[in-house]
Amino acid sequence: MALDTVTIAEISPEQVQPFAELGLKPDEYSRIKEILGRRPTSSELAMYSVMWSEHCSYKSSKVHLKQFGDKAVKTPALLVGIGENAGVVDVGQGYAVTFKIESHNHPSFIEPYQGAATGVGGIVRDILTMGARPIAIMDPLRFGPATAADTRRVLPGVIAGVGGYGNCLGLPNIGGEVVFDESYLGNPLVNALCIGVMKHSDIKLAKAAGAGNLVVLYGAKTGGDGIGGVSVLASETFDATGPAKRPAVQVGDPFVEKVLIECSLEIFAEDLVVGIQDLGGAGLSCATSELASGGSGGMKVELDRVPLRDATLSPEEILMSESQERMCAIVEPKHIDRFLEICKKWDVTVTVIGEVTDGERLEITWHGELIVDVPPRTVAHEGPVYNRPLAKPDYIDRVNSEVINVPLPKSAAEIKAAVLKLAATPNLADKSWVTSQYDRYVQGNTIQSQPDDSGMVRIDEKTHLGVAVATDANANWSYLNPYEGAKLALAEAARNIATAGAKPLAVTNCLNFGSPEDPGVMWQFAETVRGLADGCLEMGLPVTGGNVSFYNQTGAVAILPTPVIGVLGIIDDVRTRTPMSFDADGLELYLLGETKNDLAGSEWAYLHGQRGGSAPIADLQREMRLIDFLVEGRTSKVFVAAHDLSQGGLSATLTEMVLRHKVGAVIRIEDAGISLISESPGRVVVAIDPADSQALNAMAAKYKIKATYLGMTGGDALEINDAHIPLSELHTAHTETFPKLFG
Amino acid sequence: MKVGVVTFPGTLDDRDAARAANHAGTTAVSLWHGDADLKGVDAVILPGGFSYGDYLRCGAISRFAPVMEKVIAAAKGGMPLLGICNGFQVLCEAHLLPGALTRNHELHFLCRDQKIEITNNQSAWTSSYEVGQEIIIPLKNGEGSFQCDDATLAALESEGRIIARYVGENPNGSRNKIAGITNERGNIVGLMPHPEHAIDTLTGPTADGLGFFTSVLNAMVK
Repeated sequence: MALDTVTIAEISPEQVQPFAELGLKPDEYSRIKEILGRRPTSSELAMYSVMWSEHCSYKSSKVHLKQFGDKAVKTPALLVGIGENAGVVDVGQGYAVTFKIESHNHPSFIEPYQGAATGVGGIVRDILTMGARPIAIMDPLRFGPATAADTRRVLPGVIAGVGGYGNCLGLPNIGGEVVFDESYLGNPLVNALCIGVMKHSDIKLAKAAGAGNLVVLYGAKTGGDGIGGVSVLASETFDATGPAKRPAVQVGDPFVEKVLIECSLEIFAEDLVVGIQDLGGAGLSCATSELASGGSGGMKVELDRVPLRDATLSPEEILMSESQERMCAIVEPKHIDRFLEICKKWDVTVTVIGEVTDGERLEITWHGELIVDVPPRTVAHEGPVYNRPLAKPDYIDRVNSEVINVPLPKSAAEIKAAVLKLAATPNLADKSWVTSQYDRYVQGNTIQSQPDDSGMVRIDEKTHLGVAVATDANANWSYLNPYEGAKLALAEAARNIATAGAKPLAVTNCLNFGSPEDPGVMWQFAETVRGLADGCLEMGLPVTGGNVSFYNQTGAVAILPTPVIGVLGIIDDVRTRTPMSFDADGLELYLLGETKNDLAGSEWAYLHGQRGGSAPIADLQREMRLIDFLVEGRTSKVFVAAHDLSQGGLSATLTEMVLRHKVGAVIRIEDAGISLISESPGRVVVAIDPADSQALNAMAAKYKIKATYLGMTGGDALEINDAHIPLSELHTAHTETFPKLFG
Repeated sequence: MKVGVVTFPGTLDDRDAARAANHAGTTAVSLWHGDADLKGVDAVILPGGFSYGDYLRCGAISRFAPVMEKVIAAAKGGMPLLGICNGFQVLCEAHLLPGALTRNHELHFLCRDQKIEITNNQSAWTSSYEVGQEIIIPLKNGEGSFQCDDATLAALESEGRIIARYVGENPNGSRNKIAGITNERGNIVGLMPHPEHAIDTLTGPTADGLGFFTSVLNAMVK
């Protein structure tokens, strides 16, 4: 196989290169030639092709995502913003917390276990790269219909992959979502969120500063997995009889990652690195070009020094390999011996592969021959930017004008049947079959996990400071109105941490959409970003980072627009959190917020085959008052329990509350049908001691939130007006769905 | 009193075990797998996790760690030794306890709050409990099904060496619902569920697990 060098590229401009097969457009290829003043070498072409991919360059989304910066509130809490591996916020007491969601949708459809496992591994390394100890993960998931044959292939593999990797890393899984819809059948969504904690002084950035500093690659050896389109270069351009195309899905080794985490944290604790970057998407191409861009730009790398699992890999393949569990650090020469010593202690493979130079070029050699000579910013940050055409899709006006026509439960028998039906439907059924495959206890700091409204972890054992995180998306609402859908998902995630009494602080997101080349999808995306940016501005919450996943589309059918919004909040004393349910009789139950005829996009409408109508309009001022109310409900010790209302409305919320500790409730409501199944946003059920009813009403008046008395806790049934639903029957309905489908 | 907590590559619950030991009034001391040095500790805990990734057989590689030579020698001399989950697997691989832990009968990882009954309070790690006492502590593992031959099972039963059994449905297919066993002398205990995750009701389902760590304090004071 002939080596393509810079020297050869200079004298062979006529060489035909497979840029199209690598996913580059003709004008993108021309631009590369313009930047370099010659044709790229095959290694350079490989680097540009992956770094300028949609996944790495955000070329279709960039023009919209700018709003997160432009509209952002300036808050001193934001220590590191968008652009680094993950955003970092100040949570007080000298602690900083970093959190981020990423998608691993396409690999998880092809190979569910490894796709999901490496999705967890990737986001954990992003968090580690900031200098933080990863402390928890969450997994918002979307699948095709629960009864579909392919869902039975994909779901168990994804759950086992999330668990297999996360459990082995020693990270508690503290929450997530499992949602089913036809649109995800060929495009399941596997999003993973990781939270990490560090002291302010420990924050690390991806920058290669200081000429003479060493470029150090450590962790797993580089193999041929996850190369994807680059195998085109290896097999078609140079040697048609070369190695067969390798799997494009990476294979994870959580044990190596666990050791890598502990080894890295020990290195960080001794302050031995100037900059650091993990190797994820686009592997060494990404790490070297981003690190070099973060500094003055100059870096020399001897690619033949990279330790290989497969000695036959070509330089192009080494540059593109997405082998997992690797990190790249910039280390001052005076610290290198200690760095190597710590790696040896943990049996981590480590190699010095190059050094920072005072030039402005990233130069990569292969056995002494120059194969890459590029300005690194043009690879990492100055990729193409597209302002893609967008157009409001035809369906919007049509579905918005539809009138929801579903049977509303009225009689006792109908109420009972409706509550049981909602309790058992896969989207609302008990998820223990999933969450029991995840370790929620490891590290000993988990305060809340599924099925609580949010995950909560303690970050200081002495002061009891903690953080809470929730992720939410309501794709049904986003389908009807992507602008409002994004705001409503933001409000719901914020509310879900506030029910425990935590105060929202920062936002991350994972925007899952169809093809950006479809103007209708692009409109959904643009509206979503506008809604989320406006919502964050209004609520005073910074967006600290996120991820865009396009092309979740099979043929002409795109997934429902699914912006998964994560909100992180602080709680000053985790011991005082408000739990999601009650374990005592004789407490009063109140509904906070107003119930309207909001059936559009509801689970009840979905169960009756109806997707139309108009989504609710988010009232974020009221949501913010409700959040303050919930926080005061905790600090004043008035709330014994608080639980959010979302999909499945009051019916689902009451079901979850009474089943948590097997303490029933007697409820009296007017207009039972709408009251039970409407999904009006901005509502919470709280339990209080009857002696505190005046205090509750006073707070309700202060925050201008309607509080409606629902009834009392107690008994061994959920009684709603004349309907009597024994807890045993409700429990069976709620818990048997998943084992029956997937057990 | 000092309790050593061993960290192998891939150990996960070492900090939790240390926290529990400190909570119980002992002083936790970190022991590194690669150092053949017990640092003068009075007892040792092999915590849970996936040592060496559990890639060969759970615990199969860890038993050969330099620190284990010292641990095995000290335990044979009567030093209290507790193996939790992966630690239990290491004890079986090291032949300090009989039997083996195999894949859960339902073939996937299971994390749940598990009721167990203490059936022997004469061991170094269970003296704080009453015989017949039921406690709830987390169970979390993929390979927790205790298996042994009939003769071994009969011996464990007749010698009263089963220290805890699962109550209710068998969570993983263990023979005779065995959750934990001890050696003849009662100083070495292997336990599948995790008492270190149940030392207070803030982070655990109960505080029932603390008794394992206070027991060893009693054992030393006696």
